[in-house]
Amino acid sequence: MLAIYKRELRSYFITPIGYVFIVVFMIMSGLAFSFTTLKLGSSDVSTYYIALMFFCIILVPLLTMKLLSEEKKLKTEQILLTSPITITQMVMAKFLAAYTLFAGTLLTSCINFITLYMFGEPNTAVLFATTLGMLLIGAAFIALGLFISSLTENQLISALITIVSIFFMLGLGLVSSYIPDTAHVLRAFVKWLSVFDRYYAFTYGYFDFNALIYYISITAVFIFFTVRVYEKRRWE
Amino acid sequence: MIEINGITKKYGEKTVVNNLSFNIEAGEVVGFLGPNGAGKSTTMNIITGYISSTSGSVKINGTDILENPLEAKRNIGFLPEQPPLYLEMTVREYLNFVYDLKGTTLNRKKHLSEICEVVRLTDVYDRTIKNLSKGYKQRVGIAQALVGNPPVLIFDEPTVGLDPKQIIDIRNLIKALGKDHTIILSTHILPEVQAVCDRIIIINRGRIIANERTENIAQITSGPRKLVAKISGPKQDVLKHLKTVQGVIFVDVLAERDGEAFTYMIEAQPGIDIRKPLFFALADKGWPLVGLEAMGMSLEDVFITLITNDRDPRNKLEAAKNR
Repeated sequence: MLAIYKRELRSYFITPIGYVFIVVFMIMSGLAFSFTTLKLGSSDVSTYYIALMFFCIILVPLLTMKLLSEEKKLKTEQILLTSPITITQMVMAKFLAAYTLFAGTLLTSCINFITLYMFGEPNTAVLFATTLGMLLIGAAFIALGLFISSLTENQLISALITIVSIFFMLGLGLVSSYIPDTAHVLRAFVKWLSVFDRYYAFTYGYFDFNALIYYISITAVFIFFTVRVYEKRRWE
Repeated sequence: MIEINGITKKYGEKTVVNNLSFNIEAGEVVGFLGPNGAGKSTTMNIITGYISSTSGSVKINGTDILENPLEAKRNIGFLPEQPPLYLEMTVREYLNFVYDLKGTTLNRKKHLSEICEVVRLTDVYDRTIKNLSKGYKQRVGIAQALVGNPPVLIFDEPTVGLDPKQIIDIRNLIKALGKDHTIILSTHILPEVQAVCDRIIIINRGRIIANERTENIAQITSGPRKLVAKISGPKQDVLKHLKTVQGVIFVDVLAERDGEAFTYMIEAQPGIDIRKPLFFALADKGWPLVGLEAMGMSLEDVFITLITNDRDPRNKLEAAKNR
């Protein structure tokens, strides 16, 4: 499992994708930070992170589009699936490799917050909580991207579907407010599905245990689906 | 070493592998032969656990591939039809990756350099796989299968797309590996099987139609036996006389001439050895027999005969309708 993780992480830096991801992420986060938090002259980073969440629509597919689709296309998955490791281990290694790069870059982008300490007294608890929320949301998105990547051999299709899906997940919260009161069950359901709504607790600086479980569940479900895709393919 | 028990693989309605059973003893090199689409690759993919069979069981070294896949897979080195190479890695990085992937416990440096020695990769050890020739890529594929020193090796068309020199190289390599490994090798190049394998399994439309030791394979089809005889004597008389010999069904003169002697092609009834009657018949007339050669049925002949006799019953029905 460690072998796949290491190979995958390395391959981000042999191909330009890893560098592109880091550079684009840092530029976008820098710009977003300047135009939200700094420009408003506040120490509130929630708008900044919401902007980052929307940037994930483009950033996450960069990491996940080729994770499994390329292995399928080049038939390199054959060596993974005939080696003495389980499918779960293989999928987890892939997920963790993409997540390492995501989380590493996100944590690095926290240097933006230094300016807050230079010019004011930000609420450290809020900064921690919002960052944690972002890390959790990132995990959910990457698991989703990984799952989509297992469904196709075409990187481009994988990327496009991931873009649409993340957009949809983020948009669900907005949609829910347009659902009339008469369909309140549906509204509650859509709201429950929305990745966005759960995030608000973190912006108040408190640790929402329900949200934590929620994001981890979404991540786990998509990883489980991915494993199932491979198991099903073996049997059909 | 390998026990295949009634495996069947269906894709929807289509049966690709149909109730296949065979055993392979430790140390055997078995050639898996069949036309394209016969189910060779599917069978190999089932044996290696890449895909699962619809029914039936596969045991490697006594371990069931479905019940204990990790243990069974540890015993197999697999070279798929398309070698599973990460093109952006160097040979060194790739083999080290495979070493870790398989959880090998042998001394890393020694083991990998031994493999490179055997497969002759030492020269290109630090080159990127992408830039290697097809022959070298194939060797990296074989090297990958050898990592961890598994007792069973499964090669799916290892020589496809290589030039004649490379084919001979790979063949010799497989022969050498056959000394201390159990090998299954699929191909549709017939001389390859004859050169390398102890046993031949021919499959067609997902079923086994022959499973014989290589030297016996010619005997399983009961076609007429052919002899080529050089006989010194008047051509027309010899020809006439030959036709009277018991068991002969067809005689023809071949173009070659060697002084007084002509060359004749004689076909005998199946199961009858006409060599002795032939000798006495000629001795009676005083025509010396200066050469006699049995024309063995080549593997090509056997293969074509078997495949043609094994027609799809539905095709027969269609053929009958067309008539």
